[in-house]
Amino acid sequence: MKGLLDQEFGKGGVIVTKVDDMVNWARLSSLWPMGFGLACCAIEMMSTYASGYDLDRFGVFPRPSPRQSDVMIVSGTVTFKMADRVRRLYEQMSEPRYVISMGSCSNCGGPYWQHGYHVVKGVDRIIPVDVYVPGCPPRPEALIGGVLKLQEKIRKETLMAPTALEKLMDKKKKKEKSIPESNQV
Amino acid sequence: MKQENIQQLLTEKLGEGVILRTDAGASPPILEVPPQRIAEVCQLLHEHEQTYFDYLSCLTALDNGPDTNTMEVIYHLYSIPYNYQIGLKATLKREKEGKILPQIPTISHIWQSANWHEREAFDLLGIVFVGHPDLRRILLPADWEGHPLRKDYEEQAYYHGVKVEY
Repeated sequence: MKGLLDQEFGKGGVIVTKVDDMVNWARLSSLWPMGFGLACCAIEMMSTYASGYDLDRFGVFPRPSPRQSDVMIVSGTVTFKMADRVRRLYEQMSEPRYVISMGSCSNCGGPYWQHGYHVVKGVDRIIPVDVYVPGCPPRPEALIGGVLKLQEKIRKETLMAPTALEKLMDKKKKKEKSIPESNQV
Repeated sequence: MKQENIQQLLTEKLGEGVILRTDAGASPPILEVPPQRIAEVCQLLHEHEQTYFDYLSCLTALDNGPDTNTMEVIYHLYSIPYNYQIGLKATLKREKEGKILPQIPTISHIWQSANWHEREAFDLLGIVFVGHPDLRRILLPADWEGHPLRKDYEEQAYYHGVKVEY
């Protein structure tokens, strides 16, 4: 069977689709991560990029600048010294931007959860995370799984009805409402 | 050159008081010297043609805790031509965290490698190396509070607005 595009082009060169589907398809088909690694997870991440696992077949290949990146793979231990830099790099990425937290350290502090005075206990304390990949370090297959999970998430996004944003607004409204009520009691 | 010979050489050149205690059983053998004399001992061991300790393998420090109330700085020297190792140790009085830091002369002018080692000991244990050319923190951020390898260290609740505890 021919590929999707070839099939569609065979019907006269016109594709009819929804804007949502089109945009989502474009976004999830070229997730360019920022080329940076923090610890041993980065070694696994590099081997995932390399020929053995070849992340490029999902349209994923690292970019040398946050300005060109869509996704940040936080691969490794986030120390407090690095946390400021990670946050700044995230802020430098243009929207839409996604974050994959790779490995136990960046998920929750990992083995440093108790005595790691210098480790941020989860990168979600400094930037919002879309997908958590468990493992110490996760195997390349697991990271690919994380990328696929993120693609799934993007596929469900919609420009017409931004549900995530609406949820956030609702939450805020509820919070504002609940404050005077609690004052009455 | 053996540990006894080194001991003899040191007492000959610098006087009896230069060696407080020895631990020949340790590997390498350890000589304990008064902290204020560490620089001249190192200088002699570095320069003397019979010792020629041209390589500082390691410089580290440790905290014995508030009960003993001492800290130690430990030097591991290696003589490449003689293939011989020796350890030096200096015991310092310890103050409470946040109070005056213990002081010891630097040896970074003798071995350049001591520069970063001393910065590490300063960073993690809060030992001031007097005469060090650039005594800043080396691992932790410059605005960090406290010295984490001290026994009575308490982590700060927040760092730059991020909660430190799990």
